[in-house]
Amino acid sequence: MDILRTPTDLAQRGHGGVGESASRPDGVLKVTGEFAYASDLWARDMLWGHTLRSPHAHAEIVSVDTTEALSVPGVHAVLTHADLPAATHYGLEIPDQPVLAGDVVRYHGEPVALVAADHPETARRAAARIRVEYAELPLVTDESTATAPGAPVLHPNRSDHYADRVPHPNVVHHQPVRRGDLAAAKARAEVVVTGEYELGMQDQAPLGPESGLAVPAEDGGVDLYVATQWLHVDREQLAPVLGLPRELVRLTLSGVGGAFGAREDLSMQAHACLLALRTGRPVKMVYSRDESFVGHVHRHPARLRYEHGATRDGRLVYVRGRIVLDGGAYASSSPAVVGNAASLGLGPYVCDTVDIEALALYTNNPPCGAMRGFGAVQACFAYESQMDRLAAELGMDPVSLRQLNAMSQGATMPTGQPVDAPAPVAELLRLVRDRPLPPPRQWETAVGTGTGFDLRALPGGLSNTTRGEGVVRGVGYAVGIKNVGFSEGYDDYSTARVRLEVVNGEPVVLVHTAMAEVGQGGVTVQAQIARTELGVAKVVLHPADTRVGSAGSTSASRQTYMTGGAVRNTCLLVREEVLRLGRERLGDTHPGWRGDGLWLRDGAVVTAGGEVLADLAQVLGDDVIDLEREFRHRPTEPLDPENGQGFGHVQYSFCAHRAVVEVDAELGLVKVVELAAAQDVGRAMNPQAVVGQIHGGSVQGLGLAVMEEIVVADGARVRNPSFTDYLIPTILDTPTMPVDVLELADEHAPYGLRGIGEAPTLSSTPAVVAAIRAATGLALRRVPVRPEHLTGT
Amino acid sequence: MRVSFTVNGRRHEADDVWEGESLLFVLRERLGLPGSKNACEQGECGSCTVRLDGEVVCACLVAAGQAQGREVRTVEGLADGAGPPGGLAPIQQAFVDAGAVQCGFCTPGLLVTADALLERQPSPSDADIREALSGNLCRCTGYEKILDAVRLAAARSAAGAAPTAPGPEAPPAPRSEPEPGE
Repeated sequence: MDILRTPTDLAQRGHGGVGESASRPDGVLKVTGEFAYASDLWARDMLWGHTLRSPHAHAEIVSVDTTEALSVPGVHAVLTHADLPAATHYGLEIPDQPVLAGDVVRYHGEPVALVAADHPETARRAAARIRVEYAELPLVTDESTATAPGAPVLHPNRSDHYADRVPHPNVVHHQPVRRGDLAAAKARAEVVVTGEYELGMQDQAPLGPESGLAVPAEDGGVDLYVATQWLHVDREQLAPVLGLPRELVRLTLSGVGGAFGAREDLSMQAHACLLALRTGRPVKMVYSRDESFVGHVHRHPARLRYEHGATRDGRLVYVRGRIVLDGGAYASSSPAVVGNAASLGLGPYVCDTVDIEALALYTNNPPCGAMRGFGAVQACFAYESQMDRLAAELGMDPVSLRQLNAMSQGATMPTGQPVDAPAPVAELLRLVRDRPLPPPRQWETAVGTGTGFDLRALPGGLSNTTRGEGVVRGVGYAVGIKNVGFSEGYDDYSTARVRLEVVNGEPVVLVHTAMAEVGQGGVTVQAQIARTELGVAKVVLHPADTRVGSAGSTSASRQTYMTGGAVRNTCLLVREEVLRLGRERLGDTHPGWRGDGLWLRDGAVVTAGGEVLADLAQVLGDDVIDLEREFRHRPTEPLDPENGQGFGHVQYSFCAHRAVVEVDAELGLVKVVELAAAQDVGRAMNPQAVVGQIHGGSVQGLGLAVMEEIVVADGARVRNPSFTDYLIPTILDTPTMPVDVLELADEHAPYGLRGIGEAPTLSSTPAVVAAIRAATGLALRRVPVRPEHLTGT
Repeated sequence: MRVSFTVNGRRHEADDVWEGESLLFVLRERLGLPGSKNACEQGECGSCTVRLDGEVVCACLVAAGQAQGREVRTVEGLADGAGPPGGLAPIQQAFVDAGAVQCGFCTPGLLVTADALLERQPSPSDADIREALSGNLCRCTGYEKILDAVRLAAARSAAGAAPTAPGPEAPPAPRSEPEPGE
């Protein structure tokens, strides 16, 4: 075999239907080390690719000399912009990003050249011998420098469909959302609070590095095995770059070590394919950790200004907001992030008068795009901080103020869209508030040391920085709203192929989709749905690839809804076909065949009352039913460019948090003691996996609150591209996380389910910061909160 | 250079090893054992955790030459001696049962670390578990279900009923594939 560790079928027999905590079909492979991740791929005669990246954030490329690199023994190819065979730019929505930089580099880490060699170290060393002469150019790094008179325009001659509407060519997209009579509302407001907030640049930091293997094919095409979030959109971008028809660019999903938005844009895909087509040999690329930190987009850092007006009894009268997102050097998914920030910028509250604008900038900072929460995270930190300020100004309890203004089903969004599904915002807040608080001073009662004292329960932990003196506790709350699915009129669909046959007397269902399993458990849910709808024990999941129709992206909390919906729909059509065949072949044998409500259970056709009519083997014989169908959610519409009005979103998702923190106020050390969450999930398709998503999302929000930030400084360069310097929460930083799950069905969605992956990432951050404010009395306008913000040093 | 050492009880030799290669690289790219993962390759994430003569180490920080003549145990060998062939070690079964696996990239390292913890401390407190696993980063789970899994494995072990039954049916992955570099 010439290629090893390509994905295999995942087969399971009899492990739970919808609503059960079925185990993962890939679980055993993952605990035995057998699961084939993209970085585990291997092919005979494969080469290793490496990317040379720009050391400057903005510079003209004066010259590139590859002679020396090509002379290194073991090097098989060196490629630059001049070698690109076809399209030179790509992008998710706006093709503004060079495959390899041409005349200019616009951010630190931008790809400039590629090397393929027979050993990864050889490729690295050869890349270091490519001579690139740069002439540095002036930087734009924030709103004031990007829109100053005479500022360098990063993308002159824009032709994208936002270009005509933006206030400045260094603004990617600008979206106002306006509703109500602002002047009249201001006159009615009895209390006004304003605040400015800032979020640093968060990184998704999936543990699996960007990886893949490109294999040139005899038909002139290429087969790419890759870790991505959306195979088909990768292919849409790759085919023009490779100068190949789409059908000659075949993608198969390899094992994905987490994603969180980092794999929505292309990273190594085009580069590996170009090298493979040039050398005629398989090329593997695996980013190192420092390369990963510059090799994918980040969460937009943001500056936000909010003004909340309310009556003396706490009712919101108006909310104004301005959200400035730093999109960095290329567009990526900035326009959609802007749309989310603007349309969700009020939060899960009712207010008739809203004036919010969001925009994303082009700057020379690293490109920013998708990360879990996607525009809603930034807004939530600001509007929830404002709700706490308003509560303080009014002398009200912050939870009561939120509940007083909480939206519920029937409310109207600032976009004018009616909320036509359950929106239990007040109830979620009640659930987290009513939980008993964790006991105080747990370091004095902690078990396990035999001394009645456990440093590990204190801020600073085993660093032994305090014995409890100077430690203060605080409690904070927050709630957020996230959209589910692709919005603003996007034709969002997923495809599922389902095949039913009888093998050695046993009915077997094959489910084939292009859904990217990135860890969320979509494969588990697909198997659960097939078992439930087709009543068979054995389900085989085909590897995800482009031989089946698109599943859309594993993002926007949408895959259980969309690909789950597609699998369900196709299963129901397969069931109809089984029943049709059964009636045709066996209809005379039992009057039950003429009845309504026939279904499949335990490998047999049964009546509505559960009486067995026939085994699937009897019905099908040697016949195979094999159907592939698309599934769409209800349509949305674009937001009006002037006032943001429109039926923009498919579904909304809500989560609330209560954070309990302990702070060593003298050293500025924070320990999150407990982080309780409550979320409405519509239907818990797999309760264990649902809670796992809520835990994981909550901790990413905690990370943003107190530790995670890409530091961009010294000429817009990324200064901390490692797990030594970019800190993500360890198990010691992570608290106990009790979870309440509500299941209020959304009648528009398959099984009534609600996309769940992102909402817990929103409210976690402001809840933790609110708790730190409560403990310290500090205003804290910026995340991540660092020790120096708490000590004033 | 040539490096020879024992991995999961089996003697391996790798030729043409460049002196700068790590134990992790040789395991993954030369011996066909990619279970140990390459998430940071600078000793910060724990995804490449293996036992080297019993000691818990980051394989990315061990030069391949340092493994000469020594015994390495990786996630691929965790179930050896734990029951019937193809079965799972108790800690592996607990991770599956508790929902401690999402993307799974951190899982091999966590399993090796947790297995070593339970070996020296069969009934750890939560604080002990957190301390022992603090060198293993996970980005998906928030660690709650990893704690659950270690507690579950400890409890099953205490009850003397650690199951070693095969897990859900899965295709046999190739264990003896051709080894790059051989």
